[in-house]
Amino acid sequence: MGLLSYFRPTPQGSAAVAKERLQIIVAHERSGHRYSPGWLPALKRELMDVVRKYVSIDQDHIKVHLDRKDNYEILELNIVLPEESNIRKEASSIREESSIRK
Amino acid sequence: MELQEDNNLARVIVVTSGKGGVGKTTTSASFATGLAQRGHKTVVIDFDVGLRNLDLIMGCERRVVYDFVNVINNEANLNQTLIKDKRVENLYILPASQTRDKDAVTRDGVDRVLKELKQRFDYIICDSPAGIERGALMALYFADDALVVTNPEVSSVRDSDRILGILASKSRRAEQGDEPVKEHLVIARYAPLRANRGDMLSVDDVIEILGIPLLGVIPESSSVLQSSNAGVPVILEDNSDAGKAYGDLVDRFLGEELPHRFLTVEKKGFLRRLFGN
Repeated sequence: MGLLSYFRPTPQGSAAVAKERLQIIVAHERSGHRYSPGWLPALKRELMDVVRKYVSIDQDHIKVHLDRKDNYEILELNIVLPEESNIRKEASSIREESSIRK
Repeated sequence: MELQEDNNLARVIVVTSGKGGVGKTTTSASFATGLAQRGHKTVVIDFDVGLRNLDLIMGCERRVVYDFVNVINNEANLNQTLIKDKRVENLYILPASQTRDKDAVTRDGVDRVLKELKQRFDYIICDSPAGIERGALMALYFADDALVVTNPEVSSVRDSDRILGILASKSRRAEQGDEPVKEHLVIARYAPLRANRGDMLSVDDVIEILGIPLLGVIPESSSVLQSSNAGVPVILEDNSDAGKAYGDLVDRFLGEELPHRFLTVEKKGFLRRLFGN
């Protein structure tokens, strides 16, 4: 087994590093140039306002990213919430609120 | 060359890459030659004003009298300027100006010349200069198709992605909201042995990152340098892997479905790499 894997071509050469680095930088640059619709910053601002109603977060804690693949678009939204205990409290209060509204 | 009515089927194809030295001019020369060999009236235009090189690769550098800028400025007409290839029927070269200011190439001027060429030719190949400056933008602006030449190497792949972004936003098709420029990936200088060892990005890696359909893979080959030394497009070297790969590429562009060759390691290729240069 060990001998076999020694002879097998290893995919873990420098090409794997190159691919990973490229995927990151290309995705980053596309968000800046290639696929950046004008409404993206406004969406980010409004999303932040909504989230801030319930949780206090900084500008850095919210990331909005639009990617295009073949025929569909992926809107990726990443919000880092502060301390876990806070989240639970906030989340449960939101849930209560929504159940009341029903 | 008699004038026809407006030839709506004429296609403008830019050969572009962003990065320099990846094989744009080599690809332009072989692609144009291949189309002409297969009976299509083809002209290849050098857009690299100030650094003309297509004439050398095509082996017609001593026959240049007038150039692209002369035609744009109405100092010469196309009949006086186009260089007819001596080896292949239906093939003409429009050389770049070696002395003029780059600003001499205007969008209206290029538009007018292309319209005139469309009446005479089936395919108009635009050999783009490197970079994303004026010359490169001019070469891609009127394109219907784009051959994006990429080497399996980080800086080339990144620059190709930038060029794809520019094709999607700054071409005439993008500006007018027409059907987008049709993109074709050409991977050049591919070394299967190194890719298999994991030391070079593989064909699949490059396709995955750039996300455009693959038109052809040109293997790293000493015959590319040899044919440029001689001023013969490598596609005319029937015995070389690179020449055969360009032949396949042209056939695929014209609609044939062919498997990609030279993607796996061959003993011979390995030995040639050892003793080739």
